[in-house]
Amino acid sequence: MAELTLIKAINDALATEMARDPSVCVLGEDIGRGGGVFRATEGLSRRFGPERVIDTPLNEVGIVGMAIGMAMSGLRPVAEIEFSDFIYPAFDQIVSEMAKMRYRSAGQFTAAVVLRAPSGGGIRGGHYHSQSPEAYYIHTAGLVVAMPSTPADAKGLLSSAIRGEDPVIFLEPKALYRTVKGEVPPGEHLVPLGVGRIVRSGVDVTLIAWGAMVPVAGKAAAAAAAEGVDVEVIDPRTLWPLDIEMIEGSVKKTGRAVVLHEAPRTCGFGAELSALIQERCFLHLKAPVVRVTGFDTPFPYALEKSYLPDPERTLRAIRASMDF
Amino acid sequence: MTNGVILSVLRPDGTADPSLDPGLPGPEMLSLYRTMVLLRAIDEKAVALQRSGRIGFFVPSTGQEACSIGAGHAVREGDWIFPAYRDHGVGLMRGYPLAALVGQILGNSTDATRGRQMPNHWCDRSIRLVSVSSPVATQLPHAVGAAYAAKVRGERVAVLTTFGDGGTSTGDFHAAMNFTGVFRLPVVFFCENNRYAISLPVERQTATGTLAEKAAGYGLPGIRVDGNDVLAVRKAVGDAMSRARAGEGGALIEALTYRLGPHSTSDDPTVYRSEEEVAAWRGKDPIRRFAAFLQGRGLLGDPAAEEAGAREVVRGAVEAAEGAPPVPLSSMFEDVYARIPWHLAEQRDGLLSGRG
Repeated sequence: MAELTLIKAINDALATEMARDPSVCVLGEDIGRGGGVFRATEGLSRRFGPERVIDTPLNEVGIVGMAIGMAMSGLRPVAEIEFSDFIYPAFDQIVSEMAKMRYRSAGQFTAAVVLRAPSGGGIRGGHYHSQSPEAYYIHTAGLVVAMPSTPADAKGLLSSAIRGEDPVIFLEPKALYRTVKGEVPPGEHLVPLGVGRIVRSGVDVTLIAWGAMVPVAGKAAAAAAAEGVDVEVIDPRTLWPLDIEMIEGSVKKTGRAVVLHEAPRTCGFGAELSALIQERCFLHLKAPVVRVTGFDTPFPYALEKSYLPDPERTLRAIRASMDF
Repeated sequence: MTNGVILSVLRPDGTADPSLDPGLPGPEMLSLYRTMVLLRAIDEKAVALQRSGRIGFFVPSTGQEACSIGAGHAVREGDWIFPAYRDHGVGLMRGYPLAALVGQILGNSTDATRGRQMPNHWCDRSIRLVSVSSPVATQLPHAVGAAYAAKVRGERVAVLTTFGDGGTSTGDFHAAMNFTGVFRLPVVFFCENNRYAISLPVERQTATGTLAEKAAGYGLPGIRVDGNDVLAVRKAVGDAMSRARAGEGGALIEALTYRLGPHSTSDDPTVYRSEEEVAAWRGKDPIRRFAAFLQGRGLLGDPAAEEAGAREVVRGAVEAAEGAPPVPLSSMFEDVYARIPWHLAEQRDGLLSGRG
């Protein structure tokens, strides 16, 4: 197996699926000749031609709207938005058109677009290159929301998204693009949507994290282990629809849960996870669910490191849960 | 690209300009006329249903029949239609069944789209009539995508998308026109300039003299046509669709027309326009104008009999569907995703069992 960075694994998924299925097209700004601002689509234009690797004008409404029309007529478009922070002009197309096409036409038309967008902080990008918008899309009926944290999952989840029948918001943790490396199966590789991954087994407390927070969770779990606390780390991988069985099973076992995410706290996905856990595991809980999150402020540039949850804050939350 | 000319075929004396007449066979023209009459009968009935509380809402197209029927007749098998909510006529002309239209308005178990949307939001995959949305002009970028797909596959088809004068103010209009120009796609943008976007006159949507001239900003031809002249609309849209199918790119067509009724059953147009203005346009009624031409050609007998017949057909369609059962409760949770995920199954089961 090859050892790849996360961005190379994305590239591998796109190339593999495009080679397998001629209806797969990619579109977005700078993705053809430029190979994408993060180089996710590098080499695809040369290999598959500009008709299937489409450099579009600079307009997110156009990109998403065009992808919807392509999907409705049977193509499998994978649209790239350069940063998830730039997606908002297309919000209406995403939440009212792409997400609702199957429902409003009672299945006559579908818009199984895969919308890739680099997400999250940690690159000194300031407000407009750092936000974590997953909760908007989880809140929207009709969307699948996925976010990998390893190269193998990036390839496997993206490939499943491309072959799937539902629109997928595919958020990529840009902080991990080149900072994590891992074994990635060559050729076709699928990770099913809706199935989480137990990153580390443990019995004392369940720590749920996704995207760039998974390595943070791993470090916090290692530090907790040194204090004699055995943490189970779960990466849902698909945020919605969620692998509720995995989370429920884990929390019923440990009796404690900590939820870790970059996005602001209020109405973040951690709030929904907290509600689900207390609804389903109430009599098993030994402590309230603890949230470790970004703050309810705009994403700050100079104070980014203090805004983003780190292993230290996460460890404090684990201790708070254990000491309750 | 516009030369300022407004394409018109039907002359005031009831004859057709022979140099522009699209030359449709008599039975074809009669079918255009009859569908216009049917469309108006649908409007009358639907508004009455709304006024009597039997449906919640309706968007009539009265006064604009020449637009949607003329444009709809220019669509061929394989072409795509991305319509606005006022363009039921385009679908009717393409063969969208009256029973399906009535079912959608009623939103009961006769509705192929399972009561998912309010009236005027129909679709029919079999004729590539795409699902209508309420936010204005959102369908325009979808038309671009369908045209791109057709181009990639080498299909010689065109894509028709329709919208009103208000739609030209949206970002989606700009995005779609620009993409169409850049990619040289077969999209025909058919803008029905009916003078008002709800209450606001077209002069408050744009500072340009015409809407058609906006096409120049995107490298597309802009065409103006008399929107109350069904043969002129048929010719303008037909020519643009033919050019699109032949790989010559898209076009913007501005049809000059007038909405004789309200924007919707929730609108009171008397607060923003004068009776004189409406009366003047009533004198340019597209159905009467076409009837006079057909009578002159000896193709049409008594228009009143045609209108009465259409009313009867619509009444029968409503009668047949109105008593049908409502959509089943469990259907609320279907078609959100390809398969029902756990959370929707739980919510459905809770609702059905009375526990939710």
